[in-house]
Amino acid sequence: MLEVSGISQVFGGVTALDRVSFTIAKGDITGVIGPNGAGKTTLFNIITGIYTQTAGKVLLGGADVSGLPPERLARLGLVRTFQNIELFGGMTVHENVMVGMHTKSSSGLLACGLKMPWNMAEERRIREHSLNWLDFTGIPDLADVTAGNLPFGKGRLLEIARALAVEPQIILMDEPAAGLNSQETLELAKLIQRIRETGITVVLVEHDMELIMDICDRIVVLNLGRKLAEGTPREIQDNHEVVAAYLGEDE
Amino acid sequence: MKKELLKFGAFALLIMLAPLAFKGGYLMTVLVFVGINTMLSIALNLLLGYAGQISLGHAGFFGLGAYLSGVLTATYGWNPWLSMALAAVIVGIVAYLIGFPILKLKGHYLAMATLGLGIIIYIVFNETVDLTGGPSGLSGIPNLSINGITFDSDLKNYYLVWIFALLMVLFSLNLANSRIGRALRAVHDSEVAARVVGVNARLLKVQIFAVSATFCALAGSLYAHTMTFISPASFGFTFSVELLTMVVIGGLGSIYGSFLGAALLTLLPEFLRAAHDYDIIIYGGLLMVMVMYMPGGLVRGIPELYRKLLKSKGKTALKSEGGVEHA
Amino acid sequence: MQFDQLLQYALSGLSTGAIYALIGIGFSIIYNATGIINFAQGEFVMLGGMLTLFFLELLKLPIWAAIPCAVAAATVGGILFERLAIRPLRQATPINLVIITIGGSILIRGLAMLLWGKDTHAIPPFSGDEPIAIGGATVLPQHLWILGITVIIIAINKFYFFHTISGKAMRACAYNRRAAGLVGIDVRRMVLFSFVISSAMGAVAGIIVAPLTMVAYDVGGMLGLKGFCAAIIGGMSSGISTVLGGLILGVLESLGAGLISSGYKDAIAFIILLLLLFLRPQGLFGKAESERV
Repeated sequence: MLEVSGISQVFGGVTALDRVSFTIAKGDITGVIGPNGAGKTTLFNIITGIYTQTAGKVLLGGADVSGLPPERLARLGLVRTFQNIELFGGMTVHENVMVGMHTKSSSGLLACGLKMPWNMAEERRIREHSLNWLDFTGIPDLADVTAGNLPFGKGRLLEIARALAVEPQIILMDEPAAGLNSQETLELAKLIQRIRETGITVVLVEHDMELIMDICDRIVVLNLGRKLAEGTPREIQDNHEVVAAYLGEDE
Repeated sequence: MKKELLKFGAFALLIMLAPLAFKGGYLMTVLVFVGINTMLSIALNLLLGYAGQISLGHAGFFGLGAYLSGVLTATYGWNPWLSMALAAVIVGIVAYLIGFPILKLKGHYLAMATLGLGIIIYIVFNETVDLTGGPSGLSGIPNLSINGITFDSDLKNYYLVWIFALLMVLFSLNLANSRIGRALRAVHDSEVAARVVGVNARLLKVQIFAVSATFCALAGSLYAHTMTFISPASFGFTFSVELLTMVVIGGLGSIYGSFLGAALLTLLPEFLRAAHDYDIIIYGGLLMVMVMYMPGGLVRGIPELYRKLLKSKGKTALKSEGGVEHA
Repeated sequence: MQFDQLLQYALSGLSTGAIYALIGIGFSIIYNATGIINFAQGEFVMLGGMLTLFFLELLKLPIWAAIPCAVAAATVGGILFERLAIRPLRQATPINLVIITIGGSILIRGLAMLLWGKDTHAIPPFSGDEPIAIGGATVLPQHLWILGITVIIIAINKFYFFHTISGKAMRACAYNRRAAGLVGIDVRRMVLFSFVISSAMGAVAGIIVAPLTMVAYDVGGMLGLKGFCAAIIGGMSSGISTVLGGLILGVLESLGAGLISSGYKDAIAFIILLLLLFLRPQGLFGKAESERV
């Protein structure tokens, strides 16, 4: 589904990522973990087209998508969420999800301004269909609330709903459990599993080890910009290098 | 949706009946300008209030429309309607092409670049004397006419201008509540998040910039044909700032707010004749006060103020009730 | 084209360029300390000229006393501007900052018009107007004053930024405001300082150029924009790059006015500005920096 091959990223002489490669299988939930400064978020930013890597390739469904901007990647079925949730704060919850359906609609600027019949039909479809995603993430009752006024946990759910509205093949979540309480984290875990059940591949960057170990099929461990290990949760837990990286190397 | 339509209907009716109240007279001329300024501030608001991209050069596009129409009709004897359409198309294309490099810039840099663009256009108006008449202006621009009716009185011009303005209001309202309008607001709130869900932010910004400039050009053509005389002084930096003030006063991202801002800022100087030369003090002061104390503009600020007032009244009422109980 | 004539254009270009450089550095200092492009920067240039005139004519001060008074008064204006317009702003988004500094700019301009009227005034040159021959060209004593004072100001600036604690703190703010705050630098104070320095520099620029170009309430706009252009050429540096930017702009403008058309003189600066913003937003001398999200 998604293949990262030999990705390196250098910021003004500092190597943030050094020849990182791994493959993510379709339908899996994959966790990317590593101590602070391991390069996880940088890697996410490269995969999702926000940074352009210094070297290496990103393949999506076998096609080279390196350097494509995020809006093109979204059309190819790759979306992401952000660590510090990025909502459209001035719009309602419902409208946020409607923006998620942007790639699933096509009326141009003039058609919208002139309210052409096909645009009206499309608008109705967007309005109704987007409600499904609010149902899916369990926040349908918040539809008319201004997104900027949402509590953090609900904002996270909205961000996920908006990403799902793109109807992606693969969703990347940057620390989805950050800032959530344990109850919310539990619900998030269930939600992620339900997302996978619909056939969407999920990739998580996460610090919450319990969450990662519970729901991931595979785990990739980064440390200091390099891939340290890769495997099932069990394999990772038994890996000495990983344990050393997390606890600090004591002689 | 129905509510929106009703609101627009009421607004349109009000505009159409307004001349009855004023019975011609001097104020009609001013109301024609209110119409033109409404178009311009809506144009700027689409860009600034919806897409979140500033322009300090919109007076330039307004001027381009006016001069293209003026020169084509007065100097080359073209049909006014044809020249108006051509002016709109040309300005739209120019803005579209220039939009790609200019909208790559953000914030302060975008403001400076658009400001520079506006000044370059202004200098060209002044310097191409053979074409534009230079600083002394271009006269002899014909009125528009249709089916033998020539728009040569304030009343006729009022209806002419306002029909265009109302169509623009309707177009903009439609746009605001469509996938494009939502995408624009999304870009405003978080460009990166909008792009991640598939909104081509760059293209969209350029498109709305072009539409905004086209609206300005249309307003410019109407201005030229209703005034029959134009000079560069109407299209300088100060007017760009005046447009900005209208949008900010009315409310960023509110179409009716744009009308309110345009109406206030056009009518105000008429009532403050004495302060005529000092209008820049008023614009400057208003801009600062609004941004500091009412960043949502009048359309949002006044209801908010009203609610606050009600609340504080409610509180004092409760207090006094409590007092009664105690007694 | 005569060599002498080219030399003449270049020489007069250098002195206007020096003015642009001073204004440009003012832009850069505030930008580096705060991230704000102060659209009102040009108004302090105007204030410098107008206040000098005020002290000269109304208070009958001699020129050596009028100038420091004018600089001091303009600086107080800068402090007031920071206190009343910038600091109280709650939603300091770039657009709000643009709007507020533009509002401030035309408010100051309007107040100047209200106080001193719309007339254009002349300020006497500092030391006569006997032209001095250099090669085949001539310069006015005022040109030399401009170049000399500019060099001195830039030297003082350099000393301040590299050899005083407060200057170093200001540079720290320019690199990273949050980190500067964490190591105990009073960032808000530095912001105020940046307004003090740049309004003083703007005022000096306005004073030394006034004998050549006359002064009126509305000269600030154009001078300010050209100073910004100089800063852009210099990559928003508060050092030598912006000085070079100003000089390049001044000379190009002067040559353009002489060789092409004087009417388009002002357009040259803006065409350069647009081209640079489109093609090399990091400035003519800067290296491209990858922008982080």
